[in-house]
Amino acid sequence: MDIYLLEAVVNGVLLGGVLALLALGLNLIFGVIDVVWIAYADLVMCGMYGVYWLHAYFGWPLALACVAAIVGVALLGLLVHVLIIAPVLGSAPINQLLATGGLLYFLQSFATLLFGTDFRNIGVRLPVIELGDIFISYARLIAFAAALLGATALYLFLKRSYLGTAIRAISQDREIMGLMGVDQRRIYLITSAIGGALAGLAACLLALQYDVHPFIGNTFGPLTFMICVLGGLGNMLGGFIAAFIISQIIAIGGYYSSTELSYVLAFTLFIVLMIARPRGILAR
Amino acid sequence: MRAWHPAALVGLAALVAFPFVVPVYFLHMLIQILLWGFVYTAWSLMGRFGFVSLGHGAFMGIGAYLPALLWNYEGVTPWLSIPLSMLLSALLAVVIGYPCFRLKVVGHYFALVTLALGQVVMLTIIAARDITGGSLGMTQKLAGHSWYALQFPEKGYFYGVALVVWLGGLAAWRWLDRGVGREALEAISEDEEAAAAVGIDVMREKLRVTVVSAVLTALGGALYVQYLMYLNPETVSGISVSLQIVFAAIAGGMYTPLGPTVGALLTIALTEGLRVWFGTSFVGAANTIYGILLVLFIIFMPRGILGLLETWRARRARAATLISAGS
Repeated sequence: MDIYLLEAVVNGVLLGGVLALLALGLNLIFGVIDVVWIAYADLVMCGMYGVYWLHAYFGWPLALACVAAIVGVALLGLLVHVLIIAPVLGSAPINQLLATGGLLYFLQSFATLLFGTDFRNIGVRLPVIELGDIFISYARLIAFAAALLGATALYLFLKRSYLGTAIRAISQDREIMGLMGVDQRRIYLITSAIGGALAGLAACLLALQYDVHPFIGNTFGPLTFMICVLGGLGNMLGGFIAAFIISQIIAIGGYYSSTELSYVLAFTLFIVLMIARPRGILAR
Repeated sequence: MRAWHPAALVGLAALVAFPFVVPVYFLHMLIQILLWGFVYTAWSLMGRFGFVSLGHGAFMGIGAYLPALLWNYEGVTPWLSIPLSMLLSALLAVVIGYPCFRLKVVGHYFALVTLALGQVVMLTIIAARDITGGSLGMTQKLAGHSWYALQFPEKGYFYGVALVVWLGGLAAWRWLDRGVGREALEAISEDEEAAAAVGIDVMREKLRVTVVSAVLTALGGALYVQYLMYLNPETVSGISVSLQIVFAAIAGGMYTPLGPTVGALLTIALTEGLRVWFGTSFVGAANTIYGILLVLFIIFMPRGILGLLETWRARRARAATLISAGS
């Protein structure tokens, strides 16, 4: 097998981990609150700026900056729910989508206003590992491991804890759970915060690999949607698998042609699958 | 034919007279308002029946790039290439629309499919950077004042073109509004199954409005870059343009014919106002405000400004009839 192709595949797997984390967060929010946060990837952008300013500008240790970013984006998630989602919970789904579309517009433009369109790098240089003949970036390896860890933690929380059980129950039947004494409002708030925290974690991991700029959300946002929809919106396992399918298409497609064309391929596949299997690849 | 409302006649006369009296700067604003108003009107043809497309940048991108590329490399006149790009957009609309409508991909699923479509077109334009210049954009070859090339250094000519096209957009709205078409579409947007059960050809009605919307959007995109003489994938295609279209149409009111144009007036006045007051150091200020406004509009007045005015007027009229009936 061609060594560069192998390298592309490995990098695809590593990217898939972070995409899976993002898809998990978005899926959680969709499954529980039944709202598509189209601005989800822009929360990641906010988190990346957080890491950048705290670490590169104010000189905080990287770990502390990351924790602060995760907490900050979790709070942002809460704020998004209270200010934007809660007032439109009763409206048509399309209005909810458009309200978060307004948020996307706002966050991107506000970031442009505050920071300009410069690409900023947090200035952390991690070594590259040589494994046989292929090169793997250490940052990607960390990102992959942390993403898997985050996903596992979320899984355990949802499966094992009392609160997690309530969250899963509400995603199955929101009317009945109200009668069972579950405070829907509180669950929504907690879910939004967890979704935000996952975006914050993804932000830390992406900040290690990519420069941050106001429109970086446009790079990952549409991909995240595609992954969630391919996996079946709200289907965690499906999202997880779809993340790796998409990241492989992009990695291998990028190897054979250009990055843009591999994205074109991925988006076209999305449109086709969306029409052919609207409930996701795992649907029967 | 229905008699023209006097206000409409006065307004039209004023629009025709404008290029002779206002300074060039305002003419520039007016051309942009008319062209964007046309695009927003085209989007609303679908949007007002609940088919929210987040990918109209795709049709604008085709309308903008195909004529420019054919002009630069083959010397084809826009009079030929613009209709060609409109035809291509119609085809794309059918290719996406037919399976979506057949398999009932609706609501936010439809929105996400169109979002992906916009990305596909934008990324294809960027990927073909050898001929399109990629993210850096491109300019058309200059031909001076030429009807053949559809290039007019003098703004008055383009104003005329924009005005005619904009009126055409309103005419398209009226055409779709007439007859059973609108009632059928309203029935479909409320309950598709019930509409089909009473004998409405759901597929035909949906495709018709989608194709008209796509074709007009392509024309709008073509004329917009023909006027600006500069193309950039981000500014004619992509998510931010698609969202800008949605925002302006909703803000102005997508349920009334003039609503989208009011949206264009509002957004362009806001952009220009902020630019004049704060200078270019304030890049992003206008869009920041749009974002906030879009959220507020969705939450508090989803029918937009003109929609709100109409509701008020209807309420006042009702109150007046009640009073006169009581006395």
